[in-house]
Amino acid sequence: MATKSFVLKVWRQDGPDSPGTVEDLTEYAKDVNEHASFLEMLDLINERLMADGKRPIEFDSDCREGICGQCGCVVNGQAHGSQRGTTVCQLHMRSFEDGQTIVVEPFRATAFPVIKDLVVDRSAFDKIQQAGGYVSVPTGPKPDANSFKIGKEVSDRAFDAAACIGCGACVAACPNASASLFTGAKITQFALMPQGAPERKRRVSRMVETMDDLGFGHCSNIGECEAACPKEISLESIAIMKREYLKAMLAGS
Amino acid sequence: MSIVLDSGEPAGPLADKWDAFKDQMKLVSPANKRKHTILVVGTGLAGASAAATLAELGYHVKAFCIQDSPRRAHSIAAQGGINSTKNYPYDGDSVYRLFYDTIKGGDYRSRESNVHRLAQLSANIIDQCVAQGVPFAREYGGELATRSFGGAQVSRTFYAKGQTGQQLLLGAYGALNRQIDAGRVEMFERREMLDLVKVDGKARGIITRDLVTGKLEKHAGHAVLLCTGGYGRVYFLSTNAFNSNGTAAWRCHKRGALFANPCYVQIHPTCIPASGDYQSKLTLMSESLRNDGRVWVPKKHEDAEAIRNGSKTAKDIEPQDRDYYLETKYPSFGNLVPRDVASRNAKTVCDDGRGVNITGRAVFLDFETAIERDGEDAIRDRYGNLFHMYEKITGDNPYKVPMKIYPATHYTMGGLWVDYSLMTNIPGLFALGEANFSDHGANRLGASALMQGLADGYFVIPHTLGNYLATHKPAAIDESHPEFETVQQEVQDDIDSFLESHQSGSTTVIDVYRRLGQVMYDRVGMARTADGLRSAIADIRKLREEFENDVKVPQNTDFNKYLEVAFRARDFLEMAELLARDALEREESAGGHFREEHQTEDGEARRNDDDFAYVAAWEWKGDGEEHELHKEQLVFENVKLVQRSYK
Repeated sequence: MATKSFVLKVWRQDGPDSPGTVEDLTEYAKDVNEHASFLEMLDLINERLMADGKRPIEFDSDCREGICGQCGCVVNGQAHGSQRGTTVCQLHMRSFEDGQTIVVEPFRATAFPVIKDLVVDRSAFDKIQQAGGYVSVPTGPKPDANSFKIGKEVSDRAFDAAACIGCGACVAACPNASASLFTGAKITQFALMPQGAPERKRRVSRMVETMDDLGFGHCSNIGECEAACPKEISLESIAIMKREYLKAMLAGS
Repeated sequence: MSIVLDSGEPAGPLADKWDAFKDQMKLVSPANKRKHTILVVGTGLAGASAAATLAELGYHVKAFCIQDSPRRAHSIAAQGGINSTKNYPYDGDSVYRLFYDTIKGGDYRSRESNVHRLAQLSANIIDQCVAQGVPFAREYGGELATRSFGGAQVSRTFYAKGQTGQQLLLGAYGALNRQIDAGRVEMFERREMLDLVKVDGKARGIITRDLVTGKLEKHAGHAVLLCTGGYGRVYFLSTNAFNSNGTAAWRCHKRGALFANPCYVQIHPTCIPASGDYQSKLTLMSESLRNDGRVWVPKKHEDAEAIRNGSKTAKDIEPQDRDYYLETKYPSFGNLVPRDVASRNAKTVCDDGRGVNITGRAVFLDFETAIERDGEDAIRDRYGNLFHMYEKITGDNPYKVPMKIYPATHYTMGGLWVDYSLMTNIPGLFALGEANFSDHGANRLGASALMQGLADGYFVIPHTLGNYLATHKPAAIDESHPEFETVQQEVQDDIDSFLESHQSGSTTVIDVYRRLGQVMYDRVGMARTADGLRSAIADIRKLREEFENDVKVPQNTDFNKYLEVAFRARDFLEMAELLARDALEREESAGGHFREEHQTEDGEARRNDDDFAYVAAWEWKGDGEEHELHKEQLVFENVKLVQRSYK
């Protein structure tokens, strides 16, 4: 099988308060199977680093099939790398040239402090969801599922917004480090579905205000978030969020 | 002390048992609920739904996950769907039929009462999730859509494209978030449970490791719920997530919880084949694809060889030269036979030299007929994201060329032994979802894992836990109880001595772990023999020794992924032996456990109901000691045990 070698530079940072630096790991990045995923390439580099008695690169990952949202780093200046609609765990080395320079850095945002190397703290995302990213229904007897009639087009659009994996690429890609696409996606899902209607004003007010309080920047319609989103969540989500927010403000909620 | 395995289910007719339980159970008053702390370990479908529901009832809940957010639990990756007896298509479904299909699908090795309750609750799950705003697939008229899955002749599977697990988990995560926001759930992310604390024989707490700082923590509670998933990563390569592991369950096992039916492992037929030693996981292609995909290999060996060496492609093989072996062999179910049957048949045709990729271990899953019939857009609507995922990983476009698939470890039916209340033999320790053994027998049907996780968490545990607390009245204790310090010190000493003895070595954790996986696939996989299992046990012991003596582990005690993996791999090296031992003891074939010595003339699994219609529940007897086998006899009063047939 074909192998490739790379000029590899990786951000290394011992802890949240340590200064970070880019380390040249080119000597460890030779003869990488081109069918390996980007993370499997890092696995291989780590095996070689450990054999040499060096500290492996810390990075987050879990499902490795593009759905859990735990992985994510900036590859050559782009969140999750240059391939559209792809998480870094689904990026394969066949899409890189032999000898290419690859620079790997963590997602950078004030609201996402670095924990170690490429690992960042994205708990701010959970806090935004806790502020209202749900329909408040207790567990128990409910009306028959088909008593909610939802047209296929509406349901499909709600699904497309709900497909967000919460990886944080949108924040990393945004020059303002705004979390608008992430927040807008959840608001859009419930703005479209009848189940979300009773709480729509309270939901959008609380989620947007929480997002602002956590240190994310404002949206200035640049669109980098949509380009970086591995699930290709549409910018329309942000428009819907802004509209919902305005309506909630006018209604005095 | 001998252990009596009593399911504790109410007497009376099967269909009335759950109501009888609820009528008789004791309750905890609202004022008392808030005085009880419940520890929920894991935040997948079972854990998140349990934590949310218990908090809403008024309990004080502490929830733990190893990931950076509860939303990342591996339930998120479930693709195809969730079964329910809604019978919207009006095609003859019923509670009894789902019960029957599940018992039969599990090859008559599960407990009737648990399975029947699961079928009863399946309709509530869909109502609950729709009320939460889960965006299930719908028809143009606005009603919910369904599709078919293996092992069923009705269309009872609800879905959200190929991301059903994601949408259901986000629903449960939302419910959990609502309780976190209300201050009723304390959420602990990036925490790994490393031990169970027992006081007076009852489960009263856990020791966790903060995966960022490396510090150990004590957590006391009135009950512990293990919702930690399965142990499929004992095979190293599997469809499970990189961090999925069996450690929490195994540590409970070493504290006395019985481990049931470890040899029942599901090797899922439709996964992207393994292709090299750089691989860290195998990716599932949802079983739902078998609704429209046709499985085949060339009839002629020379055609298969030509495909392998690249001189021919699938398109060059004429229809009469294709072997649609599932359709031919199983005309009633065709491509929708249960997973164990589909997997074994894929192995058989590849063993026969007719595999279609470079390694010879792959079969075609072909959508040509469906695309001709329904059009590419219809197929894209049903499976778009799966096709997209396949293309990303392999570089092939499945709208144009057939997918290549091969079985991979996916799900473990075995797990901690639990009674009808989902409680292990340790009072106060419960196991939910994939972590327990109870509902799927020797083989799980597709779209039943999501159903079980949510049934356990939303609808079973809220009742059975209350009954336990009201009956056993566990005393009020907190982390100052001396047992917490004792157990924490044991865990700390273990970590310290492990690091000390692994400062140097000629190999790495991953290297030994990967080789363990190879032993498991080769000899404890889809086809097993007594000799193979014995040699596997010998090799597992050698690997364990090598791991102890020759593995180098990074020494830092803060965030250290390879230290986490080392502990998990060490537990798997112990668990692997029990898995092989269980497979060796079970002198029959049943579901996912196929012993070559026990097969029918046409190669189907042959059970031995006279001698093996029991749950094998293994007791840990200490380091270096043999496990002791306890048996729960399975009683079938409502179904007749027959040779499973899908022909």
